[in-house]
Amino acid sequence: MSIEVNSLAKRFGTSVAVENVSFEVPAGTLTALLGPSGGGKSTVLRMIAGLEVPDTGTVRIEGEDVTRVPTRLRGIGFCFQHYAPFRHMTAWENVAFGLKVRHRPKAEIKARVAELLELVRLTGYADRYPSQLSGGQRQRMALARALAVEPRVLLLDEPFGALDAQVRKELRVWLRELHEKVSVTTILVTHDQEEAMEVADRIVIIREGRLEQVGSPAECYDHPANEFVLTFLGPATRIGGTWVRPHDLVLSRLETPGSLRGRLQRIIRLGFETRVEVVLDDGTETWVQLAGRAFEELSMTIGDEVYVSMNEAHEIPAVTATTAGAG
Amino acid sequence: MRTRWSLRVVGFLYVAFLVGVPVVAVVWRALAPGIASAYDSVVNADGLHALELTLETAAIAVAFNTVFGVGIAIILARHRFRGAAILELLVDLPLSLSPVVIGLALTLFYSSREGWIGGFLTEHNIAIIFAFPGIVLAAAFVSLPYVVREVLPLLQELGTDSERAAETLGAGPTTVFFKITLPAIRWGLAYGVLLTTARILGEYGAMSVVSGNIIGQTQTFTQYVAGDFTNYDAAGAYAGALVLGILSVLILATLSITRRRGEKLN
Repeated sequence: MSIEVNSLAKRFGTSVAVENVSFEVPAGTLTALLGPSGGGKSTVLRMIAGLEVPDTGTVRIEGEDVTRVPTRLRGIGFCFQHYAPFRHMTAWENVAFGLKVRHRPKAEIKARVAELLELVRLTGYADRYPSQLSGGQRQRMALARALAVEPRVLLLDEPFGALDAQVRKELRVWLRELHEKVSVTTILVTHDQEEAMEVADRIVIIREGRLEQVGSPAECYDHPANEFVLTFLGPATRIGGTWVRPHDLVLSRLETPGSLRGRLQRIIRLGFETRVEVVLDDGTETWVQLAGRAFEELSMTIGDEVYVSMNEAHEIPAVTATTAGAG
Repeated sequence: MRTRWSLRVVGFLYVAFLVGVPVVAVVWRALAPGIASAYDSVVNADGLHALELTLETAAIAVAFNTVFGVGIAIILARHRFRGAAILELLVDLPLSLSPVVIGLALTLFYSSREGWIGGFLTEHNIAIIFAFPGIVLAAAFVSLPYVVREVLPLLQELGTDSERAAETLGAGPTTVFFKITLPAIRWGLAYGVLLTTARILGEYGAMSVVSGNIIGQTQTFTQYVAGDFTNYDAAGAYAGALVLGILSVLILATLSITRRRGEKLN
């Protein structure tokens, strides 16, 4: 149930949405298509589903070329960004739709829908209409509806995009658990790097229609292919001409070999972390991220002379700084 | 407080004298000679024939405009193409075009004697103008916009996601239309069909040009009523008007129920 995308390209009028994108999704994994909004990731997902026809390139599901196969014959489950509920049907009828279309026996439909509603924790909501469900419940109903037809692959377009922060976090954990239970090959589109890193086994980073990097979240975070991936996946700052993660910088009152001198300019406390901005003697700015009470133990204040050094082990070798000013 | 009241009174009086009082007067006059007399002036061979003709015309024209109206609305909502603006304009044209002009236009094209395709029609012995097909054409022409106008905004609001979702679940185009699209537009469609019916039942101008007004043959009910009036049979005219009025009230009642059900659903 692997998915293979080869040299996909798509234009809308004169604007290029997707340009020469190729990647593979191994069977049973949960892969995130990650990138800034409007970068073409949803278009890639819709081409895999057959909701858009690629200008060039192929889509294979389980090795079978489905590029010209109509959506309804691809064996996919698709969840739309705004869930696309059937508003005139109850949650039960929504979930049963795909089975009814396939003319499954009534008893089987009943059993399967009950099982799915339980899986998505909507057992008590079978008779409610979508307008009577909360956003998160609608999202779960849409998932159950997509899973009902036992798809070969599950495609989720910004599944948590329209939900508030608290519900998002709960649903992320839940989706991860669900994937472990159902283990259907899943691709999810998101613009939220934290969401991708938390939920996915693998991430495919797409920007402006082009593929930037494919790998596990840790690979992409620790070995970003380029400056964009580096800055997109997490905080990054420059020191002495190289990029580093600000949590890999060490702040000290004492000079150590290789450290750079500067003046402490600003302190920002964000609960569990403290951000310390430092103007180095060469005039460049950098910042250090300290966890928990680490900063308080240093007992520094604004204007102090400090030394910033970099943990050599955590230098990001492949990426050299090309632009001034860092996140 | 005082301005609010006076505004209401002004609005009420305007509508009362424009619509309410004259309509009540018609009912009054129709029933003045007694119910039996009113009954006789409608329920006779010519009157019943005219009523039947109008109802048959409405049935056919409503059916056509329902099917094509939904089709055109889907095309306008779902397809982007050159000429869409022209199609939309043509659909709206009957709203602004005088019915008499519509009648004349149909005659100019379909008339056996002088129509553009008159030669072809005569050759194949097809009568359109001064015959039943012409009446149906006029009815369909004047009532074309209503279904399209009611259904189009609902289709646009529905969007395509739920239709695509049904496709991903294995539904073919027919299933998608009947299980997803049609239920979403059904109240708008019902409203449009009722408006279409009302428009056709009351149509006079276009039909008076194309029907030929042959009593007992091509005379529609509005023409029958008008005919009574010009023949100085005012009582008959009022009785006929009462029948049209009752039909309107029935449609109006159904409309308001439909609208309320539609609103409740959304």
